[in-house]
Amino acid sequence: MSNWLDKIIPSLVRSENKRASVPEGLWKKCPKCEAVLYLPELEKNLNVCTKCEHHMRLAARQRLETFLDKGSFTELAAEVEPVDRLKFRDTKKYKDRLTAAQKATGEKDALVAMRGKLKSMPVVAVAFDFRFMGGSMGAVVGERFVRAVNVSLKEKIPLICFSASGGARMQEALISLMQMAKTSAALEKMRQAGIPYISVLTDPVYGGVSASLAMLGDLNIAEPKALVGFAGPRVIEQTVREKLPEGFQRAEFLLEHGQVDMIVSRLEMRDRLYSMLSMFMHRFAEPVSDVKPTVDADVVAVTEPKRAGEQQASTVEQGAAANS
Amino acid sequence: MNPNYLDFEQPIAELEAKIEELRLVGDDTEINITDELAKLLGKSRSLTESIFSNLSAWQISQLSRHPKRPYTLDYLNLMFDDFEEIHGDRHFSDDAAIVGGIARLEGRPVMVIGHQKGREVKEKVRRNFGMPRPEGYRKALRLMEMAERFHLPVLTFIDTPGAYPGIDAEERGQSEAIAFNLAKMSQLKTPIISTVVGEGGSGGALAIGVCDQLTMLQYSTYSVISPEGCASILWKSAERAPDAAKAMGITSGRLHELGLVDKVVPEPLGGAHRNPEALAMDLKKALIESLAHLDVLSIDELLDRRYKRLMSYGLTSE
Repeated sequence: MSNWLDKIIPSLVRSENKRASVPEGLWKKCPKCEAVLYLPELEKNLNVCTKCEHHMRLAARQRLETFLDKGSFTELAAEVEPVDRLKFRDTKKYKDRLTAAQKATGEKDALVAMRGKLKSMPVVAVAFDFRFMGGSMGAVVGERFVRAVNVSLKEKIPLICFSASGGARMQEALISLMQMAKTSAALEKMRQAGIPYISVLTDPVYGGVSASLAMLGDLNIAEPKALVGFAGPRVIEQTVREKLPEGFQRAEFLLEHGQVDMIVSRLEMRDRLYSMLSMFMHRFAEPVSDVKPTVDADVVAVTEPKRAGEQQASTVEQGAAANS
Repeated sequence: MNPNYLDFEQPIAELEAKIEELRLVGDDTEINITDELAKLLGKSRSLTESIFSNLSAWQISQLSRHPKRPYTLDYLNLMFDDFEEIHGDRHFSDDAAIVGGIARLEGRPVMVIGHQKGREVKEKVRRNFGMPRPEGYRKALRLMEMAERFHLPVLTFIDTPGAYPGIDAEERGQSEAIAFNLAKMSQLKTPIISTVVGEGGSGGALAIGVCDQLTMLQYSTYSVISPEGCASILWKSAERAPDAAKAMGITSGRLHELGLVDKVVPEPLGGAHRNPEALAMDLKKALIESLAHLDVLSIDELLDRRYKRLMSYGLTSE
């Protein structure tokens, strides 16, 4: 018995020491339940706390790469890069803020767009990176978004947008305001063409982004507890001079007030979005739940009935028609 | 201080007061003051000219919110005939911060929609200081769709600090109301001409401002956020608003340079409120010209042109 203990204790101590020497970056405290979470595991769980399911923010690229089928994606409109047309300067130069944000995130601007597959269904997906100047929308975000819409329109494939943004980018002044009109106009073309657009609202979405592309989904879907609104809570409090109601502007509040269609957990996002999009696109339901795509994932699918007013079946892939 | 004058106009106010005094004196006595009066009037004019020839962005921003500045209903009075106001969004209520209805412009039927601020305290509150709630934007869209059905061009007048940041507005979908207008206006099958007549405050302005022709009055402003708002976020102090106003380039001149605004209508010396009648005549002429310009286009051409304009915003060489 003592023998066994002797053996075990030093190894425990050793592992304690090891843990102490682990770089701090490997652990993260959940801001909600304060559980200390092991980062690789947290990342595997899409930044959703493994203890309390609190949804933490997710970087744009990580979002898209985990949402789309492994290896199925290519980036769109990466060549569009920011230009400081106004030579804007506050306490810092806009140019310097851009450079700093680019360094910190590895992104050129706050929106990443990709063409890829969702359970083998071709889609276009875009995501905002909140770390990049608060996910603010300037000319690059607007242009990348429109180019993503254009791919959807041309290939008749659904568009999914994950928004996370403080609003329009002040440093681009009226140019950024006009991106609201620009992106909304592009989405109106989607609506006219009958191609589904799903807007996923993730914490937080405010201002010019919420008052344009983020609220124009055929489906507006929020992640649990996401804060979504037009004006920020502080501005509202200062204006109305009363205390804001409990849970104000949370996803659940929006659902109650009829502003979003549903709340979907990030862990179910792939399954549920596929399920709904497959109905809009008249594809067969996928028989199994969210398994990792297998080799012949590309050949699931498609004896879809033509939708009214459409010239061709929209997404017949090469070598498809497997289950006819 | 004379409240009808902004702080940078106070020297003018003092001179004007002196002139007024002299006039009163002149009425009472036999002394001939005509020469003196003419001299002072000339001085006042050149003083106004010199102050107004070199206004900062912040001063223009104050002018755009001048309490005496003409509002949408004033322009309706001065420029249009047979105006019939149409109320309500048919769902929730009538938002008095946006007014609209059918009217005639030089005989031609049009749909007019604009933000409306109030003049006296009670009226200001009723108009919610020109800050619309979702039902205001929904009313505006209802009128635009009506205009589309009856082939009436839409003329919008923009003058708002922004969409109302209130609890009720959020509950009823402020964001959605604005977004939906942006989308629908982009494909509205009738010409849309927007004029910024005062404050063009962000999304709350744009929600009735997607158009084929964007005009600004000389001392109006158009921006993504108010100078105070921008300053308190980026400079951490609302007192830096003059810096923010300059940095954002919110004036008609700067925005015209940037190609974001098509036309600038000059204002009378001292601003629109010094001579609303004269300004209204100039604006009316400009609007009729703009309409004639758009009349030659078929609906398809019009929509195509509008879409291309929207897509060109922010394009840069790669």
